[in-house]
Amino acid sequence: MDAMIVFDLALALALVGLAWAVLATEDLFAAVVLFIVFGLMTALAWVRLAAPDVALAEAAIGAGVTGALLLTTLRRTAGAATPEVTPPAVSWGVGALSLAVTAGLGAAFLGAPSQGPGLEGAIAGNLAASGVEHPVTAVLLNYRAYDTLMEVVVLFAAVVAVWSVAQAPEAETPAPGPVYAGFARLALPAAAVVGAYLLWAGATMPGGAFQGGAVLGALGILALLARSYVPAPEHRAMARAAFIAGTAVFALVALAVGFGPRVAFEYPPALAKPLILLIEAVVTLSIAATLAALFFGREPEPLSVEARP
Amino acid sequence: MSPDLIYGLAGLGVFGIGLFRALTLAAPLRRVLALKLCAVGASFLLIVAAYREPPGAADAVPHALVITGIVVMVSAMAVALALIHRIAVLEREGGHD
Amino acid sequence: MSGLEALALALMVPGTVFFVAGTVGMLRFPDAVSRLHALTKADGLGLVLIAAGAAVAAGSAGVALRLVLICVLVGLAGALGAHLIARLVRSGGEG
Repeated sequence: MDAMIVFDLALALALVGLAWAVLATEDLFAAVVLFIVFGLMTALAWVRLAAPDVALAEAAIGAGVTGALLLTTLRRTAGAATPEVTPPAVSWGVGALSLAVTAGLGAAFLGAPSQGPGLEGAIAGNLAASGVEHPVTAVLLNYRAYDTLMEVVVLFAAVVAVWSVAQAPEAETPAPGPVYAGFARLALPAAAVVGAYLLWAGATMPGGAFQGGAVLGALGILALLARSYVPAPEHRAMARAAFIAGTAVFALVALAVGFGPRVAFEYPPALAKPLILLIEAVVTLSIAATLAALFFGREPEPLSVEARP
Repeated sequence: MSPDLIYGLAGLGVFGIGLFRALTLAAPLRRVLALKLCAVGASFLLIVAAYREPPGAADAVPHALVITGIVVMVSAMAVALALIHRIAVLEREGGHD
Repeated sequence: MSGLEALALALMVPGTVFFVAGTVGMLRFPDAVSRLHALTKADGLGLVLIAAGAAVAAGSAGVALRLVLICVLVGLAGALGAHLIARLVRSGGEG
């Protein structure tokens, strides 16, 4: 594996170089594109560090959905006033401080024991009773299910916040055209199958609810762009149900298993796999609806008429 | 010279760059990008802490933490970008009074 | 090196050469449409060669089928992206 060290060094240098370039570029559009490239390089680094689940999530959510959000915000805020530049003295001072902080963190990192004993023993020892065969899914949906419930709540809070920041509808962009419609007809069913497969495969190999949900969310974004789906005010109730379903089912299952001798989140080992699959399926749909709604950026109808210019 | 050392130092570099730019850049969109870079740098350190030499399996708890972090980061960025859009709309309307 | 590995290497090295050629084309061609031409042609062929090499090295039919699916999807997405960019350039957007 020694030859791969050359690749690792090249990738690490590219990551730091890209990080500098993202924030040093004058053109905002170029900065966003470089940021998407940076996200994909980070996904490559995760693969090299034996973290395929994280690589899937970073590529789909960190590079894909985040890139789409940044690009639509760029388009909507085009021509905004350019703010003032920081005076050089402040820049140099903050630069020195950041360098000191990073050097301190580096010293701590180099002095820390590397590859020390962690929790992999405990995870592997209890894997048989957890209901799934993949360690990361077991940690996400069973051992640390409380954290994952809070994560789903954060997603829900984000869509509530974005829907509350009421905006008037912006000018319609021209429809993408027949080539895009043909691509959508081919790719959207394939994306749905891939998303469902990622969800199902998460029990035994890298995958899971978040990666599958991100692929289905991307499907929603493609449908929004192709005008195959146009959000209408009548769909708001269904949208709200989709947003809350993941949190509700997760919390209900977690509390319902807590009767009798068990505490909340303690799935009975015989029921663990069906319960985890149920939670994952509903959370995947919730994540997909939430990501597509965050991309669309507003409630299908403005809250008040005064918001219109 | 193992992969975790190389990527750990790269992650620290990315974090430092993000920290510096988050405090000195003025445009809101760029600050959001810089903060996302800080988050990615921190994720590097977590994943590097989870890495074990190839025959051994990696520790799964930091992986779950980083996946949670990625999802939380996209939620935070979506809210930040919606606020940036709203501020731009208000500034545009304010100028046309 | 076994025969399969040699065959995989013989497929992947030209694939890498095609990718490098596509990148050089993207950096050196004068305008957006010729850059798209370099990217879609060279990168598409490079991807097919590298995927073929990976399928040979992996040895299992399931992995090979998944790589074929990946090539098809990336080819479709690349063609769509190139079309959208070229349409934008023709309608007078940035070069």
